[in-house]
Amino acid sequence: MPNALRIVQRNALVYRRTWRGNVLMTVVQPVLVLSAMGLGVGALVDRGGAALPGNVPYLVFLAPGLLAATCMQTASFESSFPISGKMTWQKNYHAIAGTPMRIVDIVAGELAWVALRLLAVSVAFTAALFAFGAARSPLVLAAVPAAILTGLAFSAPIMAFAATLKNGGNFNALFRFIITPLFLFSGVYFPVTRLPEWLQRAAPWTPLYHGVELTRGLVLHTLTWPSAAVHLAYLLVMCGSGTVAAVWTFSGKLRA
Amino acid sequence: MPSASGPLVLARALRKTFGSFTAVDGIDFEVRPGEAFGFLGPNGAGKTSTMRMIACASPVTSGELRVFDRDPRTDASAIKARLGVVPQADNLDAELTVRENLLMYARYFDIPQRVARDRAEELLAFVQLAERRDSQVETLSGGMKRRLTIARALVNEPELILLDEPTTGLDPQARHLIWERLYRLKRQGTTLLLTTHYMDEAEQLCDRLLVMDKGRIVAEGSPRELIARYVTREVLEVRMTDEVRAANAGRLATLGTHLEHLPERLQFYADDGEQVLEQIHQMGLPVERALVRRATLEDVFLRLTGRTLID
Repeated sequence: MPNALRIVQRNALVYRRTWRGNVLMTVVQPVLVLSAMGLGVGALVDRGGAALPGNVPYLVFLAPGLLAATCMQTASFESSFPISGKMTWQKNYHAIAGTPMRIVDIVAGELAWVALRLLAVSVAFTAALFAFGAARSPLVLAAVPAAILTGLAFSAPIMAFAATLKNGGNFNALFRFIITPLFLFSGVYFPVTRLPEWLQRAAPWTPLYHGVELTRGLVLHTLTWPSAAVHLAYLLVMCGSGTVAAVWTFSGKLRA
Repeated sequence: MPSASGPLVLARALRKTFGSFTAVDGIDFEVRPGEAFGFLGPNGAGKTSTMRMIACASPVTSGELRVFDRDPRTDASAIKARLGVVPQADNLDAELTVRENLLMYARYFDIPQRVARDRAEELLAFVQLAERRDSQVETLSGGMKRRLTIARALVNEPELILLDEPTTGLDPQARHLIWERLYRLKRQGTTLLLTTHYMDEAEQLCDRLLVMDKGRIVAEGSPRELIARYVTREVLEVRMTDEVRAANAGRLATLGTHLEHLPERLQFYADDGEQVLEQIHQMGLPVERALVRRATLEDVFLRLTGRTLID
């Protein structure tokens, strides 16, 4: 495992130069979205007397879901262009594969780096929740590992995919037809019970739904053990099989 | 450590296929400690595939390959710890500076940071990039990038350095600087294994050459041995009109040890070129231009691998 940390170290070295702009986005983005959606839309929703799970104000309902979805988005982005670029344009991985670093070390290292980025995002987001007074108990902190796991469940298979693309990759389809619809219809902004019947039935098959349910359930204390187990299992399987797939596609590129 | 006499690389009936394409077709060779060993051959001869197998970057299809007396299939990390690799296309980390490239690469070899810092300074001086230590890689010229790639390959103090076309695409000054540095490494006892299709490079650097064509070995020996074995000491190049050439083809063929008809000239292989030229003059044939030169590795190369262009 320490070998994987070399990749983290390398990414951190690069990040040192770009962190200012990045941190600004990490902190400002959630604050903006939370204030617009949570306070603006939330005021209307709460006045309408909508029945949200746990009968919480809209902001409190929204925040954990949004955290999980933000982690999905950050993880997806970090696992697409940068990975594909390092595989095809820069051939960084080819250089690293010439050292005693193994392919598993490279994949594990990139995942660890994404996890670290997600930790930063989640902590910033959670801090914003406290600032908004939307964090009602320290339980909010439980949302952090859940959201990170949600992100990693996307990260691993996207890395596997990114390694197979030519010329730095074209991820438009991924973001347009998978990430964005998931963001909108996985119960982040409203409970999935509001969706048409067929979409409601489809939701439990999609990954972000489980991330949102797990994260929100932990925060609002509405989680039951069996459902927690299902959410956790879904995300872990995605994470695990994605990692295996990534090692496989990386090997295909680096050891031909 | 292998014993002083044991080969660093040993290949027996080594093969590499990609689907139905055979890149390396059963080759045998040994690379001994301290020598500069070159793979010479046209594009597609199988040089790079062979190098990649030695670097544990490409699985062996069949046959035997041992590097440092270890098996690349099972001991890749241990082998790579002792190898330096300079690939054909530079794959430096464009997001890091010159110095960071060396430091980070040292980390991949698990070299302690303090040792890596000292070594990076030494290597930057060695490849004459000390002044550019904090530059972004992007701003370097092709020759500088190549030198940095060589410095990077030395960061783990390798016993064997693999160089895949180390000077392809560089200007003459840059090439000579690199040759000079590689020569120094060789003198320090580092074993060099390089591929090239530049004859001057092979003559400059290599103690022993392996000429490859279509995945097979077609000749092996020192540059001088190859010249002695496959061509004559001298080459006489003669230009004459097509009519004269056609009318005297039979007589011309008897001159020298071997005659090659090229579109724009005749090439006589002979130990004494002047003597052949004298014979042509005695035949009373009009010569437009004549040149006697020493035979080079290039003559060997073209003789062995043909003149057809391979892209």
